Amino acid sequence: MTAAALDRPATAAPRVRAALQDPPLVRTALIAVALGFVGLFLLLPLVAVFTEALSAGVGAYFAAISEPIARKAIELTLLVAAISVPANAVFGVAAAWAIARFEFRGKRLLVTLIDLPFAVSPVISGLVFVLLFGAQGWFGPWLAAHGVRIIFAVPGIVLATTFITFPFVARELIPLMQEQGAEEEEAALSLGASGWQMFRRVTLPNIRFGLLYGVVLLNARAMGEFGAVSVVSGHIRGVTNTMPLHVEILYNEYQSAAAFAVASLLALLALVTLVAKRALEWRMRRETGS
Amino acid sequence: MSVEVRQVWKRFGEFTALRDVSLHVEPGELLALLGPSGSGKTTLLRLVAGLERPDSGSIEFDGEDATSRSVRERRVGFVFQHYALFRHMTVFENVAFGLRVQPRARRGSDEDIRRRVHELLELVQLEGLARRMPTQLSGGQRQRVALARALAVRPRVLLLDEPFGALDARVRRDLRRWLRQLHDELGITSLFVTHDQEEALELADRVVVVNEGRIEQVGAPDEVYRRPATPFVFGFLGEANWLPTNIDGRKGSAGFRPDEIEISRAPLDGRAFAARVQRVQSLGPRAKLELVAESGALVQVELAAERARELALEPGAEVWAAPRELQVFFEDRVAS
Repeated sequence: MTAAALDRPATAAPRVRAALQDPPLVRTALIAVALGFVGLFLLLPLVAVFTEALSAGVGAYFAAISEPIARKAIELTLLVAAISVPANAVFGVAAAWAIARFEFRGKRLLVTLIDLPFAVSPVISGLVFVLLFGAQGWFGPWLAAHGVRIIFAVPGIVLATTFITFPFVARELIPLMQEQGAEEEEAALSLGASGWQMFRRVTLPNIRFGLLYGVVLLNARAMGEFGAVSVVSGHIRGVTNTMPLHVEILYNEYQSAAAFAVASLLALLALVTLVAKRALEWRMRRETGS
Repeated sequence: MSVEVRQVWKRFGEFTALRDVSLHVEPGELLALLGPSGSGKTTLLRLVAGLERPDSGSIEFDGEDATSRSVRERRVGFVFQHYALFRHMTVFENVAFGLRVQPRARRGSDEDIRRRVHELLELVQLEGLARRMPTQLSGGQRQRVALARALAVRPRVLLLDEPFGALDARVRRDLRRWLRQLHDELGITSLFVTHDQEEALELADRVVVVNEGRIEQVGAPDEVYRRPATPFVFGFLGEANWLPTNIDGRKGSAGFRPDEIEISRAPLDGRAFAARVQRVQSLGPRAKLELVAESGALVQVELAAERARELALEPGAEVWAAPRELQVFFEDRVAS
């Protein structure tokens, strides 16, 4: 009897379902919906971009991304990112520091304001700059008198991009710095470190992955921003067109293979960003988890 | 080095953390700041360190005004409650930090730094762990790394915030003894914050009892225990029973410890009172009684289990209780 009881196969064990576990059918359906969604809205467009880009052949693909106007657009995009990204990395660290380390009046207002660029439509953001610096804008006449061009020129594009991408680093760092607390920094000061030594040797190493994470997302957005840049750029070919704007122009002119060729570069950037983001998330979890 | 705190006030928004606090610390002394949480003891420690600025009042090191000096200039060693080890640095680099950030002229060669770090790791008995990361250490080991790191810069004062707060009871006792030894060896003026009266009484040369932003009493452990200046000190330093008193028309209360009460079945004279046993609890060699006095007041008693058996104490028994030592505090604040 005892032996028989012990030999009872595992399948005969009473079926106990964990309270938080859904029935298999529901689970399968949920997974199917999620995968279907990802396939339809993410994977399919990505495949479409690359198929369309290569539809006229590899030669046409490279011609499309190396012709002078396309190259100008790529260069401008890189230039804008090269200015906006470091600037926002610095602003973001400064803002996160101020918010995480100090108590001051208006702190909550500042936290809300940091999110403003995410809350406002990019087109509106662009229009605000036109309103401020355009020919008919508040500072327009003064700027014109001094020979400074902001709207329909590179400075406007840089301003709009920087504004749009401001929240990325700060939003990433504020919770991180709040969680880490100020004790290590205070310890560094008590050991005789100057403010700069403390920042370089203690603060920065502690936030490096969070900062890099923010910078990766910030960079992707800076290169891909369309709405705000479109409003302030003036679409001057070879002068104020960034990659996304160039894609639009090509597409409107029915040069769809060329449009998708340039778009494929942005899609590649997105893929690299995703991989970098995953890797950084993994590193951050390891740093805090161990 | 001596430390002088003069009439210091500190507020955080609406909350007043310290009210007119003055304190003198002798050179080479080991001083405990004892008080409940929120009493202001940590704020006082941080003010001495220079991590906070007083709203008014001054802080002197060796008679020299240090109030406006930054934490960097004060040369104090600060050990944080949760150690605050640099998480991305090895034990070696943590201890070396204070040496590496010194101006080039004072810094010494890499070889000097290496030697000093190993000397310190030896002092805190962690020679083998130089290459470990902080996360790979136990609480007690982290504590000692934090101490070695603070000592590396040869501080003039050592400040420790709840140095044993995050450790389990056993490690705590060992480390406590070890810290006392280390202090006697190095002779460095030290202040530590604690909410544990046993720790303060056992470890410190003098104890400063802090409550609600004020210093209630300063004195040697025995002195604050035997001659508490205020009812708070008496109550905070151990279990206490309170009975109302009225001596020559002066109202007040008398405090006495549960283990300083004589219990008898026969009437006792002097300040004895009659009571009924409500509960008896045996704890190995000791027994705890809960008595109800005639006035209705509850009185806790602790006595040898053997004595409790002798007296055949059980709930309902009528006994006489006589406090051997009474601390009388009058409401008009004139101590007995």
